[in-house]
Amino acid sequence: MKQIARRMTVAGWFSVAGIFVVLVVAFFAPLLIANDPMETDPLRRLSKAEGFPLGCDQLGQCVYSRLIYGARLSLIIGFSSRLTALLIGLAVGLAAGYFGGWLDWFLMRLVDMFLAFPSLLLAIAVSMVLGSGIGTVIFALAVVGWAEMARIIRSAALELRSAEYVIAARTLGASHLRIILTHILPNCLPLITVIFTMGMATAVLSEASLSFLGLGVDPSLPTWGGMVAAGKDYMLRRPELVVYPGACIAFLVIVFNVFGDELRDILDPSRKGHW
Amino acid sequence: MLEFTLRRIVATIPVLLGILIVAFTVLYLIPGDPAQTVAGPRADAETLARIRSEMGLDQPLLTRFWSYLSKVAGGDLGDSVVTGKPVLESLTEKLPYTLKLASLAMLVSIFAGVIMGIVSAITQGRWLDRLCTVFSVAGISIPVFLSGLVFLYVFAVKLRWFPTSGFRAGDSLLVFVLPAFTLGIRSAAFLARIVRSSMIEVLNQDFIRTARAKGLSRTRILFRHGLVNALVPVVTVIGLDLSSYLNGSVIVETIFDLPGIGRFAMDAILQRDYPIIQGVVLLGAFVFIMVNLCIDLFYAWINPKIRDEMMGKSAG
Repeated sequence: MKQIARRMTVAGWFSVAGIFVVLVVAFFAPLLIANDPMETDPLRRLSKAEGFPLGCDQLGQCVYSRLIYGARLSLIIGFSSRLTALLIGLAVGLAAGYFGGWLDWFLMRLVDMFLAFPSLLLAIAVSMVLGSGIGTVIFALAVVGWAEMARIIRSAALELRSAEYVIAARTLGASHLRIILTHILPNCLPLITVIFTMGMATAVLSEASLSFLGLGVDPSLPTWGGMVAAGKDYMLRRPELVVYPGACIAFLVIVFNVFGDELRDILDPSRKGHW
Repeated sequence: MLEFTLRRIVATIPVLLGILIVAFTVLYLIPGDPAQTVAGPRADAETLARIRSEMGLDQPLLTRFWSYLSKVAGGDLGDSVVTGKPVLESLTEKLPYTLKLASLAMLVSIFAGVIMGIVSAITQGRWLDRLCTVFSVAGISIPVFLSGLVFLYVFAVKLRWFPTSGFRAGDSLLVFVLPAFTLGIRSAAFLARIVRSSMIEVLNQDFIRTARAKGLSRTRILFRHGLVNALVPVVTVIGLDLSSYLNGSVIVETIFDLPGIGRFAMDAILQRDYPIIQGVVLLGAFVFIMVNLCIDLFYAWINPKIRDEMMGKSAG
């Protein structure tokens, strides 16, 4: 931690501050809102009524309050879907890289397969099978995201497998599970941190895209992607209905990308400058 | 090389098979009875049973999968549930639009991405490099639907340089410009990063120093020795772009109202026309696998070392 803090650049600190702000906003959302984000009123439609800091949308809902709650949904869906993807990716990647052989061959063909699908369409297909809901979106994004993680973790495990301390532990009679958990996994942690942070950016973006297409969570819930989609029909009169939520998405994705970049440069200098 | 080529081609077979299994399973798992969809909500039990046996729905799962496989192999991707038109026929009808969009986007991407990457690499650490970095981070972070809408608003609605939406004969390529830029800028941002880092890596190599010591001019070194070598990893990125364009086209073609594959898929999704969705997903996966096959063969062809590595991997 100390090492990370010492080597962080200015851009890195800005991204940390940005993530922190969004976290605080999401956590204290109920205290920060001005109005009920779900309350509609046809009389307030597209107006700039008093007590509504950023005006009202096409249903008369408070744009500001919806933006605040949108942070919550973005983070919850992004984080849970990435965590699920990471757990699957870890299990598959560690098993494939550590044991090698036919298991590796089989698991990697599985990974190839999932990487080959057009991710957005696969996510849509999964959510169609399961029906709409927050859990569905999380699962659909995890189905789309685990393969990339598995591939990266596998190559790390493959390298560590022939490390001297692993061979030593093996000679001392440690079980495979013990070696994976106490030797391989801890050594993969920096890499995992990096791909998780980068993955958050992708997950937030994918969730927004799904919501934009109307295929994410329930469209009445305040998601940034959904707000852009609803606002685009009124773009000529009120461009800010698109710009505000759009800027929120871009901001969250940028801070995660920059922070992930920064972490990679610090934790994994050999890959500096790559994605 | 021949052995490598054959092995690499054989290696795609299990992946293709797996993709067909997933596509088949998803269609099988989707709630609702396909026979009911075809027959309509008021069909009686007898009609339903007849349709079910006509569609082969009463067969065991494996038999159904086998007949599905042989159908796909023969180019039959099923018929649209809504219009009854063969999916493959519609796909070939829509493909030219998406291909045009994708090739224009790729042109934008390669042009802007390579130039930005080179400029970044030779001004490493200075303000021009910083500017390019800011642009590329923004480029990959801003959602396609947002940049698309902003372009539409600024260039089509306010400035009236381009048609707002809708494909009209006579507008020809002009209709594709904004959507292609929307897609292309995003991948240009990716590409700029890759070109920058591989260019910096190459410029630090011994042979560049040798070339410099020989007294070759800076531009000659940059283009003859640097760029040619730096462009190798770029091929991978371009391959990945191709498949991301299919994802992007779903959004971009919806925004700009282009009648391509993406729009076609989106309409099918809204109408729950599963055979079409399945067809588009299969097409996307197939293109991805083929493109990656070509990339791997290309790498193996230009660099025998990579060939041996890949051989070692596929054997072990």
